[in-house]
Amino acid sequence: MNADQLILFILILPIVGSLGIALAKRWPNLRETVTLTTAVVLFFSVTRLIDPVLSGTLPSLTLLSPLRNLPIAFSVEPLGMLFGLLASGLWIVNSLYSIGYMRKNDEKHQTTFYVCFALAIGAALGLAFAANLLTLFLFYEFLTLITYPLVTHAGTEEAKQAGRVYLGTLMGTSVLFLLPAIIYTWHVAGTTDFRPGGILPDTLSPGAAAVLLALFMFGIAKAAIMPLHRWLPRAMVAPTPVSALLHAVAVVKAGVFSVVKVVVYIFGLDLLAGTTGWLIALSSFTILSASLIAFNANNLKRRLAYSTISQLSYIILAAAILTPLSVLGAGLHIAAHALGKITLFFAAGSIYTAAHKTEVSQLDGIGRRMPWTMGAFAFGSLSLIGVPPFVGFISKWYIVSGAVEQEQWLALAVILASTLLNAGYFLPIVHRAFFRPLSADDLAHPHGEAPVLMVVAIWITALATVAAFFYPDVFLSFGQAITTRGAL
Amino acid sequence: MSWVQHLPALQVVVPLISAPLAVLLRRNNLAFAVVTAAAWAAFATAIALWWQVDDGGTISYQIGSWAPPWGIEYRIDRLNSFVLVLISGMAAIVLPYTRFGIARTVPREVHYLFYAMFGLCLTGLLGITITGDAFNVFVFLEISSLSTYVLIALAADRRALTAAYQYLIMGSIGATFFVIGIGFLYLMTGTLNLADMAVQLRTVESTRPILVALAFITVGISLKAALFPLHQWLPNAYAYAPSAVTAFIAATATKVSLYVLIRFYFSVFGHSPVFADLPLPQIMLVLSLLAMFAANFVAIFQSNVKRLFAYSSVGQIGYITLGLSFDSVHGLAAAIMHLFNHGIAKGAIFLLIGGIVARLTTRDGHPPVFSFENLAGLSKRMPITCLAIVIGGLSLIGVPGTAGFISKWHLILAAFEKGQWWLVGAILVSSLLAVAYVWRFIETAYFRDPDPDKETWGEPPLGMLIPALILIIATVWFGFDTSFTVGSALDAAEQLMRDSR
Repeated sequence: MNADQLILFILILPIVGSLGIALAKRWPNLRETVTLTTAVVLFFSVTRLIDPVLSGTLPSLTLLSPLRNLPIAFSVEPLGMLFGLLASGLWIVNSLYSIGYMRKNDEKHQTTFYVCFALAIGAALGLAFAANLLTLFLFYEFLTLITYPLVTHAGTEEAKQAGRVYLGTLMGTSVLFLLPAIIYTWHVAGTTDFRPGGILPDTLSPGAAAVLLALFMFGIAKAAIMPLHRWLPRAMVAPTPVSALLHAVAVVKAGVFSVVKVVVYIFGLDLLAGTTGWLIALSSFTILSASLIAFNANNLKRRLAYSTISQLSYIILAAAILTPLSVLGAGLHIAAHALGKITLFFAAGSIYTAAHKTEVSQLDGIGRRMPWTMGAFAFGSLSLIGVPPFVGFISKWYIVSGAVEQEQWLALAVILASTLLNAGYFLPIVHRAFFRPLSADDLAHPHGEAPVLMVVAIWITALATVAAFFYPDVFLSFGQAITTRGAL
Repeated sequence: MSWVQHLPALQVVVPLISAPLAVLLRRNNLAFAVVTAAAWAAFATAIALWWQVDDGGTISYQIGSWAPPWGIEYRIDRLNSFVLVLISGMAAIVLPYTRFGIARTVPREVHYLFYAMFGLCLTGLLGITITGDAFNVFVFLEISSLSTYVLIALAADRRALTAAYQYLIMGSIGATFFVIGIGFLYLMTGTLNLADMAVQLRTVESTRPILVALAFITVGISLKAALFPLHQWLPNAYAYAPSAVTAFIAATATKVSLYVLIRFYFSVFGHSPVFADLPLPQIMLVLSLLAMFAANFVAIFQSNVKRLFAYSSVGQIGYITLGLSFDSVHGLAAAIMHLFNHGIAKGAIFLLIGGIVARLTTRDGHPPVFSFENLAGLSKRMPITCLAIVIGGLSLIGVPGTAGFISKWHLILAAFEKGQWWLVGAILVSSLLAVAYVWRFIETAYFRDPDPDKETWGEPPLGMLIPALILIIATVWFGFDTSFTVGSALDAAEQLMRDSR
């Protein structure tokens, strides 16, 4: 199978997998085997694309052409490769975790859960490999729709309300802003392909370019830039594996990934030069205010969600700084944040599963009972704060370097301030867990660690944050390929 | 070879003959078989004609070998060959469905008459589309309208009688206006042949009778097409007719009227100076926007699901007329492809709703109060039907991967070409209204618990489910492979714009 056919295989595999999961409905063990097998085969297939991508021959595939001269096409470039690797690789770990979580918590409709999950990963991969805006939009919308049943999984009134906000925000903005942005791009450029250096003609007036950029930025609400961020905390009503993989990795990263793609391959850094001041300001505002809200949030998942909003805006900020270094940092941060945040969500889910606790204030002394979980939590926290030897340090380094190079002192100040805030809202949790005594109430309700499968999953991602620091070549090679490929 | 030449005549004659045959046979099963066979034959004919036009250009067929403009001419170009495929295809898919679909909603002793009327309705719609003669259009319009009134009134639900009566009054006014308009045109041009009329009108000054003719034709056809604010008959007619009938007329009857509007505006009046003098595009634009917003908004608050989707149809017709008002190739192409794309999606939804009605209808034929209350928790009982309605709904919204997206794309592109940013906004905001009503269905069907007192029921019989699913698959299919829909629509639009300028 050559690389081009491999793309088709990768896109079809999750669909086949979800059918298998649906058929194995009555036999949970078989069903979970299907999920795991699909995930492993998928990841293996995605890794097979690495060599061709890094060697510069972009594997590509063109399917039907629903609009004249505007096909559904795929072309795997380094940034998409990185995102694809993350989504498919973390799906394996997340599936291990899900099995432990869903069974221990005795969740309903597990088959629907696994089916939608597989399809959501497929949508994320389609989005990662999209060769033009139309294809990206197709999978963007599909990802929204297929994750809707996951968000509303509980079926409660709260879940229904969250689903409304989720769908209303994501679909509303994409229809109102992203779609006209894409059609306008097609109208003025005659293509929507992602091309190095951008596709918009130089004749485009600065005013139109500014409007177009705003349409794109507010149309991609999955990137959760303020004021379009409210869907993300609400979506935390979903089971924790969904929050972990979809709302820390696949869905939100699809958002910032699209932002970076649009900035680099549709506009091109040159066209935008000097016009992104408002975006830098808005993403800075999002970083700080989301950090402050996280600082005050008592619910653990809510705190993590606002932390995600803030971290996503790091990536938007990095893209808006418009230097090769910062774009490299943006790409790396997609990966670095994914590894750290999924670890934290896994830990939050473990705490819920083992101790049925959801609030930060309840976590006194829990590290003694769940040392493995809370240890991994510490790893994830440190990585997100950006301390060596964790991968978060590397991406932050590049973003900071880019900001210094462009003399964006505001951006620099924001990054430093938010680093302090990150430390301020993560470290107290670790401190509580390990250094405070258990409360009297807790002593009366003993519990142990979470199920083994979950702990294993947490530690895989926790160790990955360290491994990626010591062996950054994997990520860096993609990052550098982005800058060379993007002709930056 | 010889009979291939006569395909245009056979297109109308075969369904026409099937209707009296159904009455003569008097046996429900035989009548069903005859009319269904005729519909499939018509479908095959339409595809063959589409092929011929695609290959060799416009076909002109002289009825009885009388040369136009004296004899009646059947004239098939890019535009109506495409519409013929839609009409006959919908008939071919809906008719097998009626076998089960009308079992409880139409009294058994009149089933053979139902099929006869269906055959006549199909004949009328095909005739309007294929003919190149203005008076012929009127005759076929009456055939299709009269048979539609009967089809609606045949429903066991007695409210269908008033709905049919309302439609009859409005439809008759529309047809009368239309024929008055034709009369004026005949007076001024001395011809009834549409192509000839167009040539004559080129030289006629912008006189009052021509203006009057245009006004009468516009109002008359707009009534039949349920163009806002002349849509009053539509919600009741759609809501109380048997679902198979609703699906068929929703997908074809209003669409054929819109076809006539396109034909008159672009082929007949396209050359005439009178058209350039009038602010018709502006009027169309305003009415379309009103339809898109008012009807879609009203749809959100309907308690009866069929009425909800009926109002949605009025809103969607607004998109089609909006495309017309742009007076550009892309705008017209968007309108033409939306005829088709909306037709199949809405047809599918009404067929699926018919399946739900069939399950809810009690054995004595008493129709249910078809409100949202009855749909609570439906997804647990009819998962396939519900999922299919959701997919159809996504096409109404215009989500990528469905046929509705393709038309919306071209409509927005046309608005950008005109430099009308605010219209882009209007199109998109109004499609968010569609999100609201589709989600109302989803939340009812998926998030509420079914009424435990009701007896449990499952999916509708396969005979009803399969035709509906074919249309749903087509909705997705034409969201990806659009060589037929976009290709035909763009070709037709280019041809119309070329001819009219």
